Amino acid sequence: MWSFFHKLGSPPWLYGISGSILRWLLPLTLLALVAGMVWGLLFTAPDFRQGNSYRIIYIHVPAAVVALAGYYVMALAGAVNLIWKMKMADVAMKAAAPIGAALTFIALLTGAIWGKPTWGTWWVWDARITSMLILLFLYLGVVALYEAFDNKEAAGKACAVLSLVGMVNIPIIYKSVDWWYSLHQPASIKFTGESTIDPSMLYPLLLMITAFYALFTCCLLMNMRAELLRRESRTNWVRKLAQGAGRG
Amino acid sequence: MHPIRKQRLYLVLFLILFSSVAVGLVTYALRGNINLFFSPADVAAGKAPVGQAIRVGGMVVEGSVQRSDDSLAVRFVVTDYEATVPVVYEGILPDLFGEGQGAVASGALDEYGVMQATEVLAKHDENYMPPEVADALEKSGYDHKGKAQ
Repeated sequence: MWSFFHKLGSPPWLYGISGSILRWLLPLTLLALVAGMVWGLLFTAPDFRQGNSYRIIYIHVPAAVVALAGYYVMALAGAVNLIWKMKMADVAMKAAAPIGAALTFIALLTGAIWGKPTWGTWWVWDARITSMLILLFLYLGVVALYEAFDNKEAAGKACAVLSLVGMVNIPIIYKSVDWWYSLHQPASIKFTGESTIDPSMLYPLLLMITAFYALFTCCLLMNMRAELLRRESRTNWVRKLAQGAGRG
Repeated sequence: MHPIRKQRLYLVLFLILFSSVAVGLVTYALRGNINLFFSPADVAAGKAPVGQAIRVGGMVVEGSVQRSDDSLAVRFVVTDYEATVPVVYEGILPDLFGEGQGAVASGALDEYGVMQATEVLAKHDENYMPPEVADALEKSGYDHKGKAQ
């Protein structure tokens, strides 16, 4: 158990293991994305009320779900860095922020595109949409705050505190449609009780959500690898790696 | 656990707890402003200001939509099954607007309690199903929420 933690703290070990994970996870992710997209966009029935425009759900919901989950990854990595001073947790936190920002932006953009034909408006300041916009600013805030420090240890601490404080926004986003009157409808996929989306539409959606989780993991690992190389560029193992790549 | 790490762990937990309490109090204080619209029951209880820009939302009552023959003017009634608010509007309605569906009207209440709307948005629910399934449910006498009609 502890030896695993110690290995996790070793940059060359993390670089190697993430490389071998990516070798099989990345093609699998792309396959799941393509399969889910084709299934959802071409082989499901149109909705009884919205017709074909509901199909944007296959991008919108996975992006939003993983944007929320990704925030927990970032905040927990920040907390681990604060408590145990683990450098790799700092790398993970820094790597997660831009990916989360991109997913949040996709969720907001597809939501606006979906809102126009269904609700009749691109944007409305309801609780769900506004709290999602705050999430985008939190992610961008972490990215900007990290870059604002010259001392990377201070940057890691400050960003960890910011992301931990911002964590309160996640349950607010999730429950906003139940707590307040909003234009956004409540969740269709329910953990308890029956989901209010037909099974034939639900299964491709679940596949897309899984694929987006895998995509987040792939992007996180690739981002972490790049950050590791940048930080460790003066060490022997990176030099060896670069020479090996130069020869090959 | 090492005492210093334990101390830092408590610090992190306090940070999360206190920021949650602070945000919780703020959202509780502002709960009226966070709601996107007033329900017809709020309007009936006099909670909605008259003559100011507000939104009223609810279900469009079946059979209440009256369209003008020579203009885009339309009048309908929204309800939350406790109270009703009549709405008048002139303009293009969203595709999903319909009787028995959710709608949010923005505008101002006049002195007769009629909503003079400048914009009407459709509010759809969380139910998704193929048209055949909706037809089958209709035939079996249940609506899309699984309630007997």
